[in-house]
Amino acid sequence: MRTGLLAAGGAGMAALFLWGMAGLPPFGSYPGPYGDLLDSFAVGERKATDVVSAVNFDYRGFDTLGEEFILFVSVAGATLLLRKIEESADGEESREESEREDRQAGRAPPPTSDATRAFGVALVGLTVLFGLYMISHGQTTPGGGFQGGVILATAPLSVYLAADARTFQRIAPRSVVEWVGSMAAAAYIVLGLAAVVLGAEFLRNVTPLGEEEKMGSSGNIFWLNLGVGIEVAGGFVLLLSVFIEEALQRRLRRESR
Amino acid sequence: MSPGFLAYAVAAFVFLCGLWGAATSRHLVHLVICVGVLQTSTYVLLLAIGQKAGGVAPVYYGVPHDLLAVDPVVQALMLTDVVVEATVVALLLALAVQAHKHAGTLDPDALPRLKG
Repeated sequence: MRTGLLAAGGAGMAALFLWGMAGLPPFGSYPGPYGDLLDSFAVGERKATDVVSAVNFDYRGFDTLGEEFILFVSVAGATLLLRKIEESADGEESREESEREDRQAGRAPPPTSDATRAFGVALVGLTVLFGLYMISHGQTTPGGGFQGGVILATAPLSVYLAADARTFQRIAPRSVVEWVGSMAAAAYIVLGLAAVVLGAEFLRNVTPLGEEEKMGSSGNIFWLNLGVGIEVAGGFVLLLSVFIEEALQRRLRRESR
Repeated sequence: MSPGFLAYAVAAFVFLCGLWGAATSRHLVHLVICVGVLQTSTYVLLLAIGQKAGGVAPVYYGVPHDLLAVDPVVQALMLTDVVVEATVVALLLALAVQAHKHAGTLDPDALPRLKG
């Protein structure tokens, strides 16, 4: 029964797959016209030399708002799923038992080496600087809020690897990260509505375009990247902290007892 | 068959690898990673479709603005794809953690059936 179903599904899938592959345009012969138009207009119109950023934060700015909120909702969902639930005494016992087994099998984590500590600390400054550079130059060169935000979020992760969970929680307190991230997400909508207040369409550019190839140019594209960068960094730090907390919950509780 | 066909072949191969892994998976974390691999095939496909023969990256920093560049729209779509994949994987892993907490196993076949 199961094999029959698999064979039928597989055959249908293979037919559709080959049909789809056969219908692809020949490689290198882009049919257009949107890409061609954007390539020729975007730099002059928006002073953004990175056309991909111009598409994401201006021409397709409304879609990126949706994308930003997919990220927001996923992070909220993961946080909700991993929220602290008081464990029954039963669960506590079995967990302790499994930890004992871990130790006997030699699976207890080794202590952090000096090399990891030194390298981790040295990496933090570089990561923050590189992340900020990525976010603030998204409109001129490849990069932007999404990429820079993830890079920024790895700074607290290096701290966690070099030090411990407590230090991670001290430099990135949950409540502050949640608040800053949510505010940055809301800023996207606020900037969009600012155009409506001024009598234009939602998300139309309202800030000065500035000079090509300079930081802070391209008007809204720069400011939206800044907001998205902070939101993405906040979201990923929050994800890290809920996963770390989930893993270390009990250990931290025992230490504080 | 032109060498350009290779890009499509890579996309198809990565897609099938992810699909095969997901279909035969016996571990929830393995399953999540397989779905991630499956989704990466869309990156290759999107970038291949936007390719123009002789085109450069659609970034005009320090180069003449009339240079032939590839389609920026599919690149922007791919960026969206990466972000969505990263967060969806995080959400699925959180679900796997919850499943393990409740059932004590990550084998999909050994998970208890849903009760209404």
